[in-house]
Amino acid sequence: MNSVDTVTMWVIIVGLALGSYGLRFVFIGLVGDRAMPPWVLRHLRYTAVAILPALIAPLVVWPTATEGQPDVSRMAAATVALVVGLITKNVLAAIFTGAGTLYGLLYLLG
Amino acid sequence: MASTTSKSYYWKGFRDGTPFIFVAIPFGTLFGVFATETGLTIIQTMAFTATVFAGAAQFAALQLLQDNTPTVIILASALAVNLRMAMYSASLTPYLGSAPLWQRAFAAYLIVDQSYACSIVRFEKEPLMTTPQRMAYFLGSVTPITPLWILATFLGAVLGTKIPESWALDFALPITFLAMIGPMLRTMPHVVTALVAITVSLLTVAVPYNLGLLIAGCVGMMAGAQAELWTLKKEATS
Repeated sequence: MNSVDTVTMWVIIVGLALGSYGLRFVFIGLVGDRAMPPWVLRHLRYTAVAILPALIAPLVVWPTATEGQPDVSRMAAATVALVVGLITKNVLAAIFTGAGTLYGLLYLLG
Repeated sequence: MASTTSKSYYWKGFRDGTPFIFVAIPFGTLFGVFATETGLTIIQTMAFTATVFAGAAQFAALQLLQDNTPTVIILASALAVNLRMAMYSASLTPYLGSAPLWQRAFAAYLIVDQSYACSIVRFEKEPLMTTPQRMAYFLGSVTPITPLWILATFLGAVLGTKIPESWALDFALPITFLAMIGPMLRTMPHVVTALVAITVSLLTVAVPYNLGLLIAGCVGMMAGAQAELWTLKKEATS
């Protein structure tokens, strides 16, 4: 278990709480019925699908648990989770098959 | 009889939102476990989950915290993950914008992937719904998951430290996120966004303070927007 500096942690919690609420409130609360420029919406549409893969990709290629050594079990599990999610559109099915692949291969390969 | 019909819309929303408990429970538990592993106290974990109320951003913040990222970058990155909430807020505004401010202020807190997804489908399908009916439906759609999400986080936080290292929980987060990404890749621009973001994130991994994530996210978004424009143009000319 790591230790996290208490002040840092609360700064992050409070900052994220206020920031997240601000993002949720900004349009429904402040903008009302005014329209937004299409180019803004066009970029907002792709934020989640850009940030999440960018966060994950380095963790898949250079996992923390293996001290950055590429790992067959983790790469395979990642591929399975992505492909199953893509085909079935079912998040839970993807999580379980991905986890199953990881455990299966970690067990087989040691 | 407006209140009666609002009530029935509340229960309609409740029914439509119920299947998502199968996402909220495991995801909440996982967050509790992961938060404890990162070193958060139970009070911090519960404050985090109840006030931020956005799984993906919470996970992202914890991951960066483990990598000793500076606080400012953690905040910026996790809020970037949550930018889609602003988009949901924008997209719900034409339907809920005429409700009283206190109701909108309350509804804003409850904007999550699930409530947005349920509501926008219903609002588009039934354009004659009144604003109180829409508000009731929206509220109904998050009622099943909110308490369970908080409870599951608590259970995970309590169980967290008892989970052995051999369970390879370090990889629970990548798998969970990848599983969420699959269904998001609905159109060609979405796929372009993800591919560009992945490529740039791998190329910028040496950039300090995890700034590579923000660079990759921005480049990915711009690629997605351009791909969308390109698709529209192609459709127009063919």
